[in-house]
Amino acid sequence: MSSFLQLLVSGLATGAIYALVAVGFSLLWQTSQTINFAQGEFVMIPAFFVLVAIKVLGLSFPIAALIGIAVAALVLGVLFKRVIVDPMLKHGVLPLVVSTIALSLFMREAVKDFYSSQAQPFPSLVADHDITIFGTVFSAQSLALLVVALVVVGALHGFLQHTRLGRMMQATAQNPTVARILGIEVERMILYTFLINSILCAIASILISPIYLAKFTNGETLGLAAFVAAIIGGFNQARGAMVGGVLLGILDNLCAAYVSAQYRAAVPLLLLVVIILFRPQGLMGRVEERTV
Amino acid sequence: MKRVHPLALIGGVIVAAFLLSAPMFLKSYGIYLLALWAVTTIAALGLNLTLGYAGQISLAQGAFVGLGAYTTALMTGAGVPYFVAFLASGVLTFAIGWCLGYPALRVQHHFLAFVTLAFSTLLFLLMRNEQWLTNGIYGINDIRRPTVFGISTNKNTEFYYFALSMLVAFAFIKWWMIRSPWGRAFIALRENPLRAASLGVNVRRYTLMAFAIGSAFAGFAGALYAPLVQFIEPNSFQLTYSLKLLLMVLVGGAGYFLGPFMGALIDLLLPEWLRFTQGYYLLIYSALVVTLMAFCPTGVLGIVERIREARISRAASAARAAQAPSATSSN
Repeated sequence: MSSFLQLLVSGLATGAIYALVAVGFSLLWQTSQTINFAQGEFVMIPAFFVLVAIKVLGLSFPIAALIGIAVAALVLGVLFKRVIVDPMLKHGVLPLVVSTIALSLFMREAVKDFYSSQAQPFPSLVADHDITIFGTVFSAQSLALLVVALVVVGALHGFLQHTRLGRMMQATAQNPTVARILGIEVERMILYTFLINSILCAIASILISPIYLAKFTNGETLGLAAFVAAIIGGFNQARGAMVGGVLLGILDNLCAAYVSAQYRAAVPLLLLVVIILFRPQGLMGRVEERTV
Repeated sequence: MKRVHPLALIGGVIVAAFLLSAPMFLKSYGIYLLALWAVTTIAALGLNLTLGYAGQISLAQGAFVGLGAYTTALMTGAGVPYFVAFLASGVLTFAIGWCLGYPALRVQHHFLAFVTLAFSTLLFLLMRNEQWLTNGIYGINDIRRPTVFGISTNKNTEFYYFALSMLVAFAFIKWWMIRSPWGRAFIALRENPLRAASLGVNVRRYTLMAFAIGSAFAGFAGALYAPLVQFIEPNSFQLTYSLKLLLMVLVGGAGYFLGPFMGALIDLLLPEWLRFTQGYYLLIYSALVVTLMAFCPTGVLGIVERIREARISRAASAARAAQAPSATSSN
């Protein structure tokens, strides 16, 4: 029982990270039809921004982390939108997909060539020790990760649902034309989405790197997980991506322990196929109507 | 039908002459590379059918090549004649493509992309973990090369001619398909699915067919790949390979018949040419692709077409300008 609880908590922790990344992913899709194949690399790379700030500029970890988030917002948010997405959007989805695939390759190679191909240790938020609750041992790190991720997801949810700006962003995502008629600055809202996505990715990066170490290949699994989580939850709902992410994390951990470690990676994918077969709009999604 | 431009005709003849005489002046490695180009192009041709003509993204083309390669390697290893294994690879990939596409194409959006993504990873896990069948990460060694019409293809030159004739055959099949009413339906689908549907084209069935046939091309390519390389392992057919094939088609120009030929050539030659850049090759290549997509999303052949159109419109405006003075003088 206690091992089950441990698995559940570590699954929740992984799931919360997936949720962070998946929410950003589906927000981008909703507001600008961008399927970002480089999303995993967006999580991989901010850790290296932080490492550069620590090693090269000699800053302390908290300040370096803030700088990492700021640089991520600038490069992966504003620059990504202006340089890659904007010029290509008018050509349809496909060139952009290819471009983000190439971009992910670019980012991976850049880290490998200019930083290191070795896994880098990364400072953690809390000192690593074990905490015993109800006779079950949890690592402080994964608990802290869980708390921070949940707070961020909660804050984002609150922002999207209960603030004026958040609702304006949702309106833009759901129907840009009507949003524009209602006087919402659609362009600015889209830019905010890109900023939010990059910040979420940077936070996920800082949370997950102490555990998995910072390595240039980290993006592969994370990107795929975000993808699957977003579809399981429902592509057109930010809430869906959160649920999908958490579900995926728990499932992933339980399957690794109880089903097969070898086929661990297969479980989310099978879930994905089942969802597409029986509920293509996702668990939380609405059915989209087509206009002729 | 469009008239063939004399320059294109001359170019075609030069290319054909080069391909036929290449073994005379290339070293064994060069011939091997050309054979690899022919095989890769077959897979890219198939993907172009899915992507460029039916407008669906498949992220499993590399996995289908792997499936074909493993099928051929295992069957010929068990003593089955090569051509039976070759056909089986194509039929199997066609069937699996059909089964994958059937659910995915029920719904809108790019769900096929996601399903094929999942398939590609699943297949990799199967190849790696089911050691009793695939020998796991150690791969399969010593794959025999076939004997075609009594000629052994053990040497690279013979195999190259075999691969080249296969490429010609598949290119012809595809060319014929695109020009048939069938292929026209594919193009109608890409250009305007709703309109095609209202004109009585069964959108789903045609898209599914395009995808399944495209996958079968990959299976056949795999059946050629295995004896060419003579050693296969799961890592060669990971998602990266599928992505590479996708990049090839788009870099060459999706929806252009010659696009895959060009894309595969660039993909094989660029690493050789950029060898002086050493480790930075992928960095440069990916940066080039991003730039190309930003400036010309229709690929390299799109640039060629753009230049041609610009010249035609320049010529037309020059003709108008030549007429203009006489028009004003009559007033």
